[in-house]
Amino acid sequence: MLQIMEGSHAIAEAVRLCRPEVVSAYPITPQTHIVERLAEMVADGDLNAEYICVESEFSALSACLGASAAGSRVYSATSSQGLILMAEVVFNVAGMRQPIIMSIANRALGAPLSIWNDQQDSIALRDSGWFQLYGEDVQEMTDQHFIAYKAAERHDILLPGFVCFDGFILSHTYEPVDIPNQEDIDAYLPKYVPYNMLDAKDPISMGMYATPEYYHEFRYEIDQAMMRSAAALSEAGKEFGEIFGRDYSEHVVPYRMDDADVAFVAMGSICGTIKDAIDEMRTDGIKVGLVKIRTYRPFPEKEIAKALGGVSAVAVLEKNVSIGSAMKGAVGPEILHALNGTGIGVYSYVAGLGGRDIRKKDIRAMADLAAQGKGNMFYGLREEVL
Amino acid sequence: MGILLRELRIHGRGGQGSVTAAELIATAAFKSGVYSQAFPAFGVERRGAPVQAFVRFSDEKIRLRSQIYEPDYIVVQDSSLIADINVFGGMKEGGIALVNTEKDTVPGVPPGIKLIIIDATSVALEVLGLPITNTTLMGAFAAATGEIELPALEEALRERFAGSLAEKNIAAARRAYEMVRGDA
Repeated sequence: MLQIMEGSHAIAEAVRLCRPEVVSAYPITPQTHIVERLAEMVADGDLNAEYICVESEFSALSACLGASAAGSRVYSATSSQGLILMAEVVFNVAGMRQPIIMSIANRALGAPLSIWNDQQDSIALRDSGWFQLYGEDVQEMTDQHFIAYKAAERHDILLPGFVCFDGFILSHTYEPVDIPNQEDIDAYLPKYVPYNMLDAKDPISMGMYATPEYYHEFRYEIDQAMMRSAAALSEAGKEFGEIFGRDYSEHVVPYRMDDADVAFVAMGSICGTIKDAIDEMRTDGIKVGLVKIRTYRPFPEKEIAKALGGVSAVAVLEKNVSIGSAMKGAVGPEILHALNGTGIGVYSYVAGLGGRDIRKKDIRAMADLAAQGKGNMFYGLREEVL
Repeated sequence: MGILLRELRIHGRGGQGSVTAAELIATAAFKSGVYSQAFPAFGVERRGAPVQAFVRFSDEKIRLRSQIYEPDYIVVQDSSLIADINVFGGMKEGGIALVNTEKDTVPGVPPGIKLIIIDATSVALEVLGLPITNTTLMGAFAAATGEIELPALEEALRERFAGSLAEKNIAAARRAYEMVRGDA
């Protein structure tokens, strides 16, 4: 049943239903209402979890790592500078193969200081070994938490995951959302069964020293698990759809792609604005479509190549910048690689950084630029302030 | 699709509850049977600084996420804002501007815009004992536009506020609703 609530509160409800045993997060900016609501749930007895208060995001994820290593289902949430402060632990969590799920309310990185949305924070940790899901609306980002836990905890996966959604644009938006009930989620997501755990009676060590004879293979194993997680996430998304009626088996979702000349590729909430812009352009006879990326890591290269086959140009809308790179955005080169040999033009447009609003007319302008073969640029620069 | 979409922009000053107003109007609209979306303009949050909050209403699921530049409706919580910023900017022909002021006239209203004046500050002072006008203006908005139904607004207010505070805010909203209905 649909009800209306703030995006952050919808995620808090989803997390409650996942029954984490330990939650640790730093409660001050940059943070969302998610952990505030979870703290209330724990205090009110609505969530039977240990809520560990800490003095920084570094400590928050460190506490989560320890709790996960001790065999608990664990949750955290952060954003922006908070995620970057965690970075060392982010890599360690993946290296120790702890299936922690963390919500990332995507926000810009300083300096200059910005509290506003873009996706630079999670993109910056692209290579950390956490899978990354991106939600388009409050429903999708809420549901992705259930799917993330289910896939992450499989013993053939054992990887942590980010569930990413645009800060403010989704975290602070009220809109209708269906929150599943506890009984159905309990059936979908049974209690976490650790593959191994810290136990004083049967001691083991995790994250130990790896000499050059072993380190290489450890990294290989993480990559292999990440590649396997594509199927695990797809299966978890399919099973979710069978129970709850919303299917998430696809890592990429096409919109009006059947006869598209120009295709957008994008992640997150901007996909909604792009769809509305596409409908308007289609009314004017402009054949434009969208391929939405739900799963960014593992990168769904084959699915993207299939979805984009037949277009003449691809416009990759990037809410990030890979400073000093040829295409400017981080996603573009991977799209280019997916389409290698096809002759399809791929152009990145860095847009929406630090909360710059992206309107339908901007989408139209980017489609026009892609059709002309112009791109790999910062879109919409205010020349007068340069 | 666009034709079914209606948009509201709320102008206020930090501390006047514009974001809460947007959230509660969206909640009431959803309870009235349409899809709705509320979000703030993510500005620098300071008491007294001009702030904006937005609401969309549609008969279909809402996908658009940009801010609102061409509103069907505006609500102005503080008429002193009119001298500082173009609150009427981009308003659609035939749109409704709901302005809180104790004066009889409002400067700068573009042609083709229906102006509704309400002295929400006096209503709020009388009913709530505080010059917090957001809930009063919600009642006025319901009457002026028909986008939200009064019982749905009352339900939204009861969910947000506890006990007598909810009832006081409902009384303020109802008073404004009746005042605007009397005018219309």
